Amino acid sequence: MKIVILGNGVSGITAARHIRKLSDHPITVVSDESDYFFSRTALMYVYMGHMRPKDLKPYEDWFWGKNRINLVRARVQHIDFESKKMHTSDGAVIEYDKLVLATGSQSNKFGWPGQDLQGVRGLYHWQDLEEMEKFSAGLQRAVIVGGGLIGIEMAEMFHARHIPVTFLVREKSFWDVVLPAEESQMINRHIREHGIDLRLETELQEILPDENGRCRAVVTKSGEEIPCGYVGLTVGVSPNIGFLKNTALETNRGILVDEFLQTNQPNVFAVGDCAEMRAPKPGRRPVEAVWYTGRMMGETVAKTICGSKTVYDPGIWFNSAKFLDIEYQVYGDVRAQLPDNQSTIYWEHPSGKKSIRLNFDKNSGVISGFNLMGVRYRHEVCEKWLRESTPIETVLKHLGMANFDPEFYEQHESELVAVYNRQTGKNLVMQQMRGLRGVVQFLNTD
Amino acid sequence: MQNPSISISNPAPTMTSRRQKLALGLSGIGIVLLLVVWAAGKALMPMPTFLLALTLVAAGITLFVREEYTLRPEGIKNNGVWFKSLTARGVWGWLTGVVITGFYISLYWFPEYLKGLIQLFDPMSRMLRNTAADHWFVYGSLYTAAVLLLGIKFIYKYRHNPYQRLRTFSVMFFQLGFAWLIPGLLMRLQQPEIYFTYFWPLSYYQGTPMAHAGYAGSSLGTFFFFFGLAMFFIGTPVLTYFFGKRWYCSWVCGCGGLAETAGDPFRHLSDKSLKAWKIERWMIHSVLVFVVLMTLLLWANVATGRGILQSVSEPFYKTYSFLIGSAFSGVVGVGFYPILGSRVWCRFGCPMAAWLGIWQKTKSKFRITTNGGQCISCGNCSNFCEMGIDVRAYAQKGQDIVRASCVGCGICSAVCPRGVLRLEGGPENKL
Repeated sequence: MKIVILGNGVSGITAARHIRKLSDHPITVVSDESDYFFSRTALMYVYMGHMRPKDLKPYEDWFWGKNRINLVRARVQHIDFESKKMHTSDGAVIEYDKLVLATGSQSNKFGWPGQDLQGVRGLYHWQDLEEMEKFSAGLQRAVIVGGGLIGIEMAEMFHARHIPVTFLVREKSFWDVVLPAEESQMINRHIREHGIDLRLETELQEILPDENGRCRAVVTKSGEEIPCGYVGLTVGVSPNIGFLKNTALETNRGILVDEFLQTNQPNVFAVGDCAEMRAPKPGRRPVEAVWYTGRMMGETVAKTICGSKTVYDPGIWFNSAKFLDIEYQVYGDVRAQLPDNQSTIYWEHPSGKKSIRLNFDKNSGVISGFNLMGVRYRHEVCEKWLRESTPIETVLKHLGMANFDPEFYEQHESELVAVYNRQTGKNLVMQQMRGLRGVVQFLNTD
Repeated sequence: MQNPSISISNPAPTMTSRRQKLALGLSGIGIVLLLVVWAAGKALMPMPTFLLALTLVAAGITLFVREEYTLRPEGIKNNGVWFKSLTARGVWGWLTGVVITGFYISLYWFPEYLKGLIQLFDPMSRMLRNTAADHWFVYGSLYTAAVLLLGIKFIYKYRHNPYQRLRTFSVMFFQLGFAWLIPGLLMRLQQPEIYFTYFWPLSYYQGTPMAHAGYAGSSLGTFFFFFGLAMFFIGTPVLTYFFGKRWYCSWVCGCGGLAETAGDPFRHLSDKSLKAWKIERWMIHSVLVFVVLMTLLLWANVATGRGILQSVSEPFYKTYSFLIGSAFSGVVGVGFYPILGSRVWCRFGCPMAAWLGIWQKTKSKFRITTNGGQCISCGNCSNFCEMGIDVRAYAQKGQDIVRASCVGCGICSAVCPRGVLRLEGGPENKL
């Protein structure tokens, strides 16, 4: 059985690795972007000089040969699902018995005048980074449009190269569609602390060209013209499925898949950013363009392909990011707007750079989510509390156990408990501090 | 990924500001002053020249710290390490490597060329030790100065991180106190010059009959001889069981101290390939076997009345001393910082590290745990691991990291953008 995977990002490669673990089927991975798998999330570190391009490769080059995973560099233009053949731009034909589509995302553009000028780009592909690099020499100012995870990364990248950055954010506060107000404002302050010109509630009107077809300025909706030599369009991503439109494959925003990640075509699956769940789990979005879900989908589809049909279950939501110097972790359900049935306790360090937030159900008192800024929490512990619908007071009593900060870091959990006591008039005392012994005990008890 | 380096299209990205260049320049002048004295073989006005050089270097470092760290929000400061000539095996890197290598060659085999520097350090030697300076005093003093000055720089670099601050304070304390002040004061008191933090087999001489004989008549010396052996047989297994080998390698040891301070800008240069790991395991354990054999042979020679073994044990010792003690640990170990990274000796050669590593790997509570599924395979951890451990390979699988070579510096945990790694001790059973 010949298995072909289209896309060598984390979803496709995870699928390939797990198929190899489970079987001896021939595996071919096709990519137009790069010869080898690399960590897309780390592109910024190459630009900032922390790492070389080759350091982004999680596996050494010999790994693929040794594991009999055949890597092909080609651009697929058309897939004939009837005859199970893929046609590449250089006229080659790749046949498959099972196909996994893992084509990832592309950066959004919303029809702004000038959005296709030179020096206007998102940041998703390796080629986007090359473009950024090409335009960086002598760059006087970069403008970033869109206040999300990639936007702030791009702002940090230019800033690290001492290139002035203006950061246009449509919302009232940075990423406030996801972050609760306090955390969002913390990041606003932090962006400005770095000397990045953050413009909240500012939208892009158009991008102006110079005589060579390169961007020279942006104009905001309020009419302000900001001269710049590069525009980063970071207003989200959407499934990279343009070449699959108008084929027999059923698509909506992404490639529609069932709970087994199976498309409407027999023997064709879709995983990662490009997949759209027909029936997402409660509280989850149909398309989740996140590293972790891509990895989980890759592992799931490998099992199904290798004969043990497995439902895609992403488990309890978690994510993480780093906003300049402030790390962010989330476990469970933490929304920008607190739902009516939830209560929240929030502690913020006097420095304004660390915070802990726990959300719980108002009526049942069950923990519903953890939101951390500048503090690290242990995934397994939080996940177990959430999975077992643990009462908030039990969580608070043992909260020290969740702390994953390095040794000698101050532990702030008892301060959060104090916030809870103030809010409720109770007199709860935290009983457990950070430490692996307690964690192991906790995780080993059912 | 076709381009070997993305910087090709922009060969000199602006990573170094004017004030940073001024800072590097100031320190550079101080170092050039020392180089001139070295080359001239003679120091005019030793005290003022010495103070001037020290002041220039310190001023440069202070300015750099201010410009690069304290004037900016605290956080990870690795921008441009793979772009800058000094830290990315560029011209400045090679030049620095050549100068340090030259210094070590001169120190071990041609100390007569260090006359100028010896004169320069003479006033300080008389103050501390009440005796004239020799080339080893020059070396020890420069070494201590490097650990202290660049240790302060490192503390500012990681000022947000208490683990890094404490650890660096510790290596500075042990270097200044136990590797410079105490040996100096002991000399002043007509006692043997003892370095209480260097044991056999790192200090290979300490376990030999020559050392034992040399301490005869000195109760302190005899104590130290047996203390060293106790540290090897009892101290190391016990302390490593509780804390991992870091109790020594990144908190106490002078070689580690230099690597963690002066060597920090070069940590990313270590080789992370599987091949390098294979070479490492063969090499470091061979050195351990070599030093054990060498020492046993010396004692056997004494036990057999310096008879038939005399002709073997002596050359054996001399070979070890030349190849491992000088060429490997000094010339390659430090001289090649800007080329191979800061822990080449610790990783491939140090027999003490091999011994500590065996205990860490087989019988220790210490490990680096990974945080569930949070790893994004970015590679910062592997990149900045001075021991060349491919930390990412474990982290992305959610495995604990238990490796013989890990010195517990904690930088992988510090540079991780997603809070994935934690150095900790716990029950021996895995999560």
